[in-house]
Amino acid sequence: MKHKVAVTVNGRKHEHEVEPRLLLVHYLRDVVGLTGTHIGCDTSQCGACTIHVDGKAVKSCTMFAVQADGRSLTTIEGMATGDELHPIQQAFWDEHGLQCGYCTPGFIMAAAYLLEQNPNPTEDEIRRGLEGNLCRCTGYVNIVKAVQTAAKTMSGTPARKTQVAAGGN
Amino acid sequence: MAVTQLVGAKIHRREDPRLITGHGHYIDDFTRQGTAYAAFARSPVAHARIKSIDVTDASKAPGVIAVYTARDFKGQLAGTHPAAPAFVAEKKYVPERFPIAEKEVTYQGEIVAVVLAESKGQAADAANMIQVDYDELPAVMDLEKALAKGAAKAHSDGPDNVCWDFTYTPLDLTEAAFKEADVVVKERILQNRLAPVPMEPRGVLAEYEGFDKKLTLWLSSQNPHFIRLFVSGALGLKESQVRVISPDVGGGFGSKISPYPEDYLVPALSRMTARPVKWIETRTESIQNATHGRGQFYDCEVAAKKDGTLLAMRVVQYVDVGAYHGTFGAFQPVACLMAGGGYKWKGISARTVGVLTNRVPTDPYRGAGRPEATHLVERMVDLVALELKMDPVDIRKKNFIQPEDFPFTQNFGLVVDSGDYEKALDKAMQLAGYAELRKKQAELRKQGRFMGIGLSTWIELCGFGPSAATAPATGGIALVESAQVRVTPTGAVIVYTGTHSHGQGHETTFSQIVADQLGVPMENVELRHGDTAEGTSFGYGTYGSRSLAVGGVAISKAVGKVIDKGKKLAAHIFEAAEEDVVFEHGSYHVKGSPDKSKAFGEIAFASYGMGLPEGMEQGLEAVAYFDPPNLVWPFGTHIAVVEIDAETGTTKIEKYVAVDDCGNIINPMIVDGQIHGGVVQAIAQALYEEVVYDESSGQLKTGTMIDYLVPSMGEIPTFIIDKTITPSPTNDLGVKGIGEAGTIAASVAVINAICDALSPLGIKHVDMPATPDKLWHMMKEARQ
Repeated sequence: MKHKVAVTVNGRKHEHEVEPRLLLVHYLRDVVGLTGTHIGCDTSQCGACTIHVDGKAVKSCTMFAVQADGRSLTTIEGMATGDELHPIQQAFWDEHGLQCGYCTPGFIMAAAYLLEQNPNPTEDEIRRGLEGNLCRCTGYVNIVKAVQTAAKTMSGTPARKTQVAAGGN
Repeated sequence: MAVTQLVGAKIHRREDPRLITGHGHYIDDFTRQGTAYAAFARSPVAHARIKSIDVTDASKAPGVIAVYTARDFKGQLAGTHPAAPAFVAEKKYVPERFPIAEKEVTYQGEIVAVVLAESKGQAADAANMIQVDYDELPAVMDLEKALAKGAAKAHSDGPDNVCWDFTYTPLDLTEAAFKEADVVVKERILQNRLAPVPMEPRGVLAEYEGFDKKLTLWLSSQNPHFIRLFVSGALGLKESQVRVISPDVGGGFGSKISPYPEDYLVPALSRMTARPVKWIETRTESIQNATHGRGQFYDCEVAAKKDGTLLAMRVVQYVDVGAYHGTFGAFQPVACLMAGGGYKWKGISARTVGVLTNRVPTDPYRGAGRPEATHLVERMVDLVALELKMDPVDIRKKNFIQPEDFPFTQNFGLVVDSGDYEKALDKAMQLAGYAELRKKQAELRKQGRFMGIGLSTWIELCGFGPSAATAPATGGIALVESAQVRVTPTGAVIVYTGTHSHGQGHETTFSQIVADQLGVPMENVELRHGDTAEGTSFGYGTYGSRSLAVGGVAISKAVGKVIDKGKKLAAHIFEAAEEDVVFEHGSYHVKGSPDKSKAFGEIAFASYGMGLPEGMEQGLEAVAYFDPPNLVWPFGTHIAVVEIDAETGTTKIEKYVAVDDCGNIINPMIVDGQIHGGVVQAIAQALYEEVVYDESSGQLKTGTMIDYLVPSMGEIPTFIIDKTITPSPTNDLGVKGIGEAGTIAASVAVINAICDALSPLGIKHVDMPATPDKLWHMMKEARQ
């Protein structure tokens, strides 16, 4: 039997009939068609599927789509405003906080919630706060730096302008 | 035109905007109209005869299109799984491998049946309804027991469990050196079996178009051209009928090199059903079936003089091959050839033994053989130092190959191209504050605390080629690299490379090289890779830290050809002799008349016009292959400082210093990133990760991320990293590889630090992973 689910994703309303067993992450990827949210583990360890549900970071593999009925969701696709990157996205770019990029959407969403709760975290608070997300490429060094840089930008401290050489985009 | 020097600069990665906004294209982001979904039924036991497979219920399940077993693929897929000779020219027994088991399963996870259904969920549901009657056989798990006479066999129809037993250099080679030794140190050193765990699991989407007889395969691969070669062969198609597209790849670490059973089965299903077919691996399938790394042990002996002079080494490597020979599984014996590390030896006796077991096959995993070599030699050198009560620094400096010795022919005939090992060691010691650390250690020891300092003065060989060495190793195809550079009439530059990034940032670094060489802005250059329908006829892929040192050089050569053609055309336009035309800062001029110049873009436009020099064809493009004359040889020193909690056995890394030398650097930000990630993967091997099977039943006990401990940022310290730069004489760019260096260097730095910390208790050697439980027990036992 299918159930109706009505959600707002990145400000747009969606209504679908879904199987009750459909995970929220599969709903977002396969039904809504937003593939920026990734699946890395199936056991809620890796955090690649992290999104915001009513403003809170949630691993979207830990919820059924039907549980999101009536909620407001933000995915990685909803973080930038037009061409303007979210300060956390900018900081991941500036600090080389990603390599293969697969875990990155989840990290950015988890970091956004962390900085909302704690706008000026210490390195240790960042490491504890994001230990629910796994990365296999970066060794985490530059992810920590990216979150620190984003914290500075978002708290109004002028961000260090990164030199982008000609053609570097 | 003033253009910033790009090579050597921190340039933001061009691939990032799409990846940080959720607009990357990984394998699971693709689908085709009318796609059917595959799910595999896999053996739940390690070793058994298949008595019967009942697919009745599964076939009737909702949404199921069909259920297939081995017999259905017999006319569809030919041949056996490829097993490259690699570093072992002669094999004893290589079991045949069909992508789906028919009569016998030989590891937990081996495919026995496949369901095709209208949705992923329906396919998975039906796969669980397949009834297989297994007649269980003993599981071969222990390497030594597997080698004993009359041992149970991993394949019941095999002669025994010996896949290979190959002696590189005989024992008597080192007999004299062992006779003159003052000390001989022996140790057995384990290499824990590891799961590569790229964050993106594997996946295959295949679409066979029957009327065109063309197959398009989307899969997550480090080397799409090799997959095209293998899959076309197995399906009886020409390579021209198969197009492999490997989009953004979410990490590989070696596990996305070899072809897998699903790479054959999914396209075969598409051809059988005339529908696109998709399969995406679950994480458990990934840990269970993607090739593992390491899984070895080494019996080592080192002979030395009492002044610390190293004389000779004897090493026997035992490799857990797994149930089948991994396509590049025999690469791992390169550990034997690298066992001497950065030191001079009178002789090294080396032998490798590959043992078949009922576990998933092993294959290259980041570093592949070189982390093992570094681990064993650096461990053995420390054991000699401990025996002689020497500082680990002194014994290293005494035995290093010296800068004036390069090019240095080592014990196995490999020519080490360049190096300055002491310089990197000195720099690392200075950054770590080595002398102060030793003082602090002495104080802490008085308080009963266990602090240790571990060194790893590592070297590696990478950048495969050259052709003479690699063509025999692959069974015929030399590991060179290809590049094509096309310049459009308006001067846009499109570069195709046969390598394929899975996180290394080639779109950025390779474009930096091209833009500098052509003197054009970087936005005029576009790099394309990962699609066999584009670019040169063959590409060789990304592994073995080869992309820049082979592929980057090929690109540079192709750009050189384009510049040369442009020069001929410019000479014609200037009515000057070709040798009088100069190309600099992106434009051509006649020597002495820089004011009358033609920009590269103008020459590109002219090349598509009329009035070209006699015999010159239109267009501006070139293909180049680079066959490197040698491998490249990065090196460095890592220092780990640890403290072990006496109550819990927990290791805390207090400080980690890495000084690495990869020759000239294109983008320092990317080099640092490679070091960070590589070091953490090795720390993970040293402290956390191990694929564990039940030793009697062969059941995988670490099949999820709950049980297999990939470290999070909470476990990992921050690092102090620095460089020395010794340009490689092997290629024109002076570059060496850096993708694997961190992983090659770091495990033994951590373990040497742990052993140093525990040496007051008389503990000499600790194997990986050095878990709190293991250390607590060792410390408890040592105190009794």
